[in-house]
Amino acid sequence: MSVPLPAFVAIPLVTAFLLPVFAKRGKAIATVLANLATISLLVLAIASIGQSRVYEVGRWSIPLGINLVLDGLSSLMLLAISFVSAAAMLFSIRYMEQYTAKAKFLCLFLLMVAGMNGVVLSGDIFNLFVFLEIASLASYALVGFGCEHEELEASFKYMVLGTIASIFILFAVALVYGNTGSLNMAYISKAIQSSGLNRGLAFALGLFIVGFGLKAALVPFHAWLPDAHPSAPAPISAMLSGILIKTLGVYALARVVFNVFGISVSMGWLLIVLGLLSMVAGAFLAIGQWDFKRLLAYSSISQLGYVVLGIGLGGLIIARDGNLAWASLAILGGLFHMVNHAVYKSLLFLTSGSVQMSTGTRELREMGGLAEKLPVTRATCTIASASIAGIPPFSGFWSKLILVIAAIQAHFYWIAAIIVFVSLCTLIMYLKVQRYVFLGELPENLKEIKENRGSMLVAMVFLACLCVLMGLLLLVPGLRSSILEPAVKVLVDGVSYSANVIGM
Amino acid sequence: MKGMTIIVKTISSWVKVLIFLFGIYIILFGHLTPGGGFAGGVILASSYVLLMLAFGREFAEENLSLPVASKLDCVGALLFAAVALCGLLYGAGSFFWNFIHQKYLVGTDYEFNLLSAGTIPLSNIAIGLKVAASLFLVVFALSMFRPEISGNKED
Amino acid sequence: MLYALCFLLFMIGLYCAVIKKNMVKIVIGIMVMEYAVNLFLIMLGYRFGGIAPIVDKGQLDLETGQIAAGFLNSSVDPLPQALVLTAIVISLGSLALMISICIRTYEKYGTFDITQIRRLKG
Repeated sequence: MSVPLPAFVAIPLVTAFLLPVFAKRGKAIATVLANLATISLLVLAIASIGQSRVYEVGRWSIPLGINLVLDGLSSLMLLAISFVSAAAMLFSIRYMEQYTAKAKFLCLFLLMVAGMNGVVLSGDIFNLFVFLEIASLASYALVGFGCEHEELEASFKYMVLGTIASIFILFAVALVYGNTGSLNMAYISKAIQSSGLNRGLAFALGLFIVGFGLKAALVPFHAWLPDAHPSAPAPISAMLSGILIKTLGVYALARVVFNVFGISVSMGWLLIVLGLLSMVAGAFLAIGQWDFKRLLAYSSISQLGYVVLGIGLGGLIIARDGNLAWASLAILGGLFHMVNHAVYKSLLFLTSGSVQMSTGTRELREMGGLAEKLPVTRATCTIASASIAGIPPFSGFWSKLILVIAAIQAHFYWIAAIIVFVSLCTLIMYLKVQRYVFLGELPENLKEIKENRGSMLVAMVFLACLCVLMGLLLLVPGLRSSILEPAVKVLVDGVSYSANVIGM
Repeated sequence: MKGMTIIVKTISSWVKVLIFLFGIYIILFGHLTPGGGFAGGVILASSYVLLMLAFGREFAEENLSLPVASKLDCVGALLFAAVALCGLLYGAGSFFWNFIHQKYLVGTDYEFNLLSAGTIPLSNIAIGLKVAASLFLVVFALSMFRPEISGNKED
Repeated sequence: MLYALCFLLFMIGLYCAVIKKNMVKIVIGIMVMEYAVNLFLIMLGYRFGGIAPIVDKGQLDLETGQIAAGFLNSSVDPLPQALVLTAIVISLGSLALMISICIRTYEKYGTFDITQIRRLKG
């Protein structure tokens, strides 16, 4: 059945505006409505696997009107967004009892989901900017939700850097409009193919990379992430680290660089260098951290470096007219790692939230020996740590293996060595987490804590099962060819995106 | 927050009605002259801000209380979504399709009147309502803060 | 030439947002940057000697529904104006959020100076 594409944006938006009506009396109704919204988005996302179509809003044909495009990459991102947001919403039923104003939290959360769905589905570059701003503004407010000292400071820092990034992106959109005369991504792509990159368009490409790099927290631009992600409430940290930086940063960067401008050798090298810097700097900075969530935030920077490295490597091979099979393999590794990381990093943040709710602290030195007290949290955290460190049957191992094989096949042996080295650093940092949080001596003041019940457990177990089963996404040929390969094909095809959209 | 002197109160109680009327004019004629939903909504909100500045915050709260403004905000957004959804349900249309406009032919004399252009005036009214309520709430909430320095400063 | 002046305004806003230490001045710097980008967008659509892009009754040919050729040749581009309207609304929302965070931070820390608001380190 054919779901009308604006439903992905309309359902969370309408629910978000229904919720403040129930602010005082009906908190239970508000929670039920919000969960219904995220679960229905999940069902719709699963129902749209493998379809690709263009939806013209208001029945205005394409260069005059706005269109929404669903292709392979968009449906992969929609699946990731809906799984993580459904799990985080389930988790927040119990977790947000510690905060007041729960209806406002749910409203902002649903606005963020609506913005992210809009970014992923948009076919028009200004529409992408508008939805990016909706999601960003909702996330700035959510980071500072508790209104304590540290949260406000972190929210201000995040907000200033995020707004500067958005202004750069708007400036780049203005330059692109001035040089090509159209705002639709397919038409811009056609115009750039026929006329080439002049100085204005090259400057616009540079501004796009800075803007989207700030949103994705790649290494020269990562200064906001280690402060913002620990200070946010745990389900929001899971959403931010799990999908927001990927949708607003990596997806938008890939869409603009591969499909609109066309990949070139210098762009490929730039992406590879940014990816390597992020991997190495994130891993080194994470090992020395003593705050649980800050360590997870630095590890997010490092893992996102893997994704950008994979995409950049594939782009470099395409731009040099190399073997397309190698390029597809590198991009497959990058995209699969992105989806894997969404699942296990959000699971790690949810378990850290559960630990924080039970013990009241985030310092690793103050915890220890929680293995008997919090059995389910311990089991899911171990599964997630094993996945992120790359231990064989779990999902992280497969994506790192593909990246290493792709690097070796393309004769970039030094890149493969760096990937293996950073994986070892990741293993070290997660062994540190396991040792300090779950093994060791139980301190005196934590003898009476109990396991958390209810929806938090359901959410964590759900994501842990996904972690275990994601390896099947790669190994089973049917799932791979319907979910992962169309996404890879969209990026490998590059600028024939415009021919596909105009023809559909 | 106290109000201002008697001269300001007298004049502003006359002027705020005119500002409100001007805001409604800008919203309703949005499809013919520059303006539209957002600009008209800002002017509506500024008439309430004038009320708040001249008479004090408590008087403005009695005039348009916070829960009512919050509900108006949501009603505006839901009305906009309803207009968009009607385009989907009417015939074979899609979201935001201007389904009222299609009933009239282009060549007749109805264009450039007040009642033309289909769903655009309805969208303008919804947006104007929402923006007015939101900006009033924002200015009201910002004026509620008292800068008390908290006990634990930076140590 | 005009575009260069617009870019100069953008750079002034960027300098202010990066170098200044008072939180409110940083917010003002960001707003100056937004004004510069909106100005740039409007200047893109301008046509020298152009008229406002509002179609009046006299310019619409009632039989065919075509707009008069003189209007099309001399009106400025209305699309950047719609983009700027949206961008102004977005920057209004973000300004409101930034100012409220500044006020709350002043309540908690007692100062607007960002060098003294440094509890998160490392």
